[in-house]
Amino acid sequence: MQEMINIFVKSVFIDNMIFAFFLGMCSFLAVSKTVKTSIGLGAAVIFVQIITVPVNYLLLEYVMKPGALSWLGESFKDVDLSFLSFMIYIATIAAMTQLVEMVIEKFSPSLYNSLGIFLPLIAVNCAILGGSLFMEQREYENIGQVLSWGLGSGFGWALAIVSLAAVREKMKYNHIPAPLKGIGITFIVTGLMSLAFMSFMGITL
Amino acid sequence: MSIFSSKNVKLLSGPLNLQNPVTVQILGICSALAVTVKLKNAIVMGLSVIVVTAISNLVISMLRNYIPSRIRIIVQLVIVATMVILVDQVLKAFVYDVSKQLSVYVGLIITNCIIMGRLEAFAMGNKPWPSFLDGLGNGAGYAMILIIIAFFRELFGSGTLMGFQIMPKAFYEAGYVNNGMMIMPAMALILVGCIIWFQRSYNKELIEKE
Repeated sequence: MQEMINIFVKSVFIDNMIFAFFLGMCSFLAVSKTVKTSIGLGAAVIFVQIITVPVNYLLLEYVMKPGALSWLGESFKDVDLSFLSFMIYIATIAAMTQLVEMVIEKFSPSLYNSLGIFLPLIAVNCAILGGSLFMEQREYENIGQVLSWGLGSGFGWALAIVSLAAVREKMKYNHIPAPLKGIGITFIVTGLMSLAFMSFMGITL
Repeated sequence: MSIFSSKNVKLLSGPLNLQNPVTVQILGICSALAVTVKLKNAIVMGLSVIVVTAISNLVISMLRNYIPSRIRIIVQLVIVATMVILVDQVLKAFVYDVSKQLSVYVGLIITNCIIMGRLEAFAMGNKPWPSFLDGLGNGAGYAMILIIIAFFRELFGSGTLMGFQIMPKAFYEAGYVNNGMMIMPAMALILVGCIIWFQRSYNKELIEKE
């Protein structure tokens, strides 16, 4: 349990998807104009992340790793499908976002209306694929750790986009040099926020 | 239509400046920043993206009339993923140390917005040859920004270029210290901000309106 909390805190503050790895920057910059929409997108990312990361973990453990197919029988013992991981991850992500979209539409139309347009966009959000790839690279030991990494990375991303949106809403009233207006100053603000997040480095529970 | 008509040359040169995918279209930032600590990594990453954009643009453009529009994203993802797997295997075979350092960012070329953006915006509606050039140009525009950022980060961050010592020893003896900030992620973002600033003060038409 302690290990899980540790992974969660680390993935939100230290290994933050945006500030340490720059994942999901495209939608991060494009959608962070108002706080309201960025909360919607952040929630959608958390949601998809806690589903896709564990599913990809199970696929990796029982289908793709060298020897993972041994549950099928002796003859599959030497099969190594790990070179297919990109293809399988992206297929899972595309399928899951589609599925999540359909489920939400059926059971909670009000949530669907607030998230609706963002859900298809998530399939090509680097943060989601990055979550699965880091999961593979870091070799987490069990499904609990993977789940808390998925939740933490999604939550960190949501935290980043909501706080940037809050800064940008206030920045509308500032006098910024014309060539820096819009995207230029957003980059610099993100850089400064990333510096601030570096103060969390080294925290363990 | 000749192979290198002025229109086609424009497809190739536009993305280098006025249509630059990173600083003007704001696509593919994710990987642009993370791999730029060392110049060598940036060059390898730039080349990989050029190959993937050019060839997937070409393939999608050849298939554009056969792809049902409802499932086009999945078809595009599969083709891009295939290309990326090829690139990844080549990198692992020939430049293993760089491939290790690029870590997950090679895989993330799949969701690089430049590729999806160009497939959607250009390759789905144009003939194969112009699409190929468009992919090549956009890949090159991306690689160019990567190399500029990596140049500054490696030179000031560790005093080297491509792993060779550039800053003379005499500087260090006189009290010069490498700027550790340059290695950190934050500085990459601020450098991109500055590049955008320079580019827009030079090309006034790119300045954003309120």
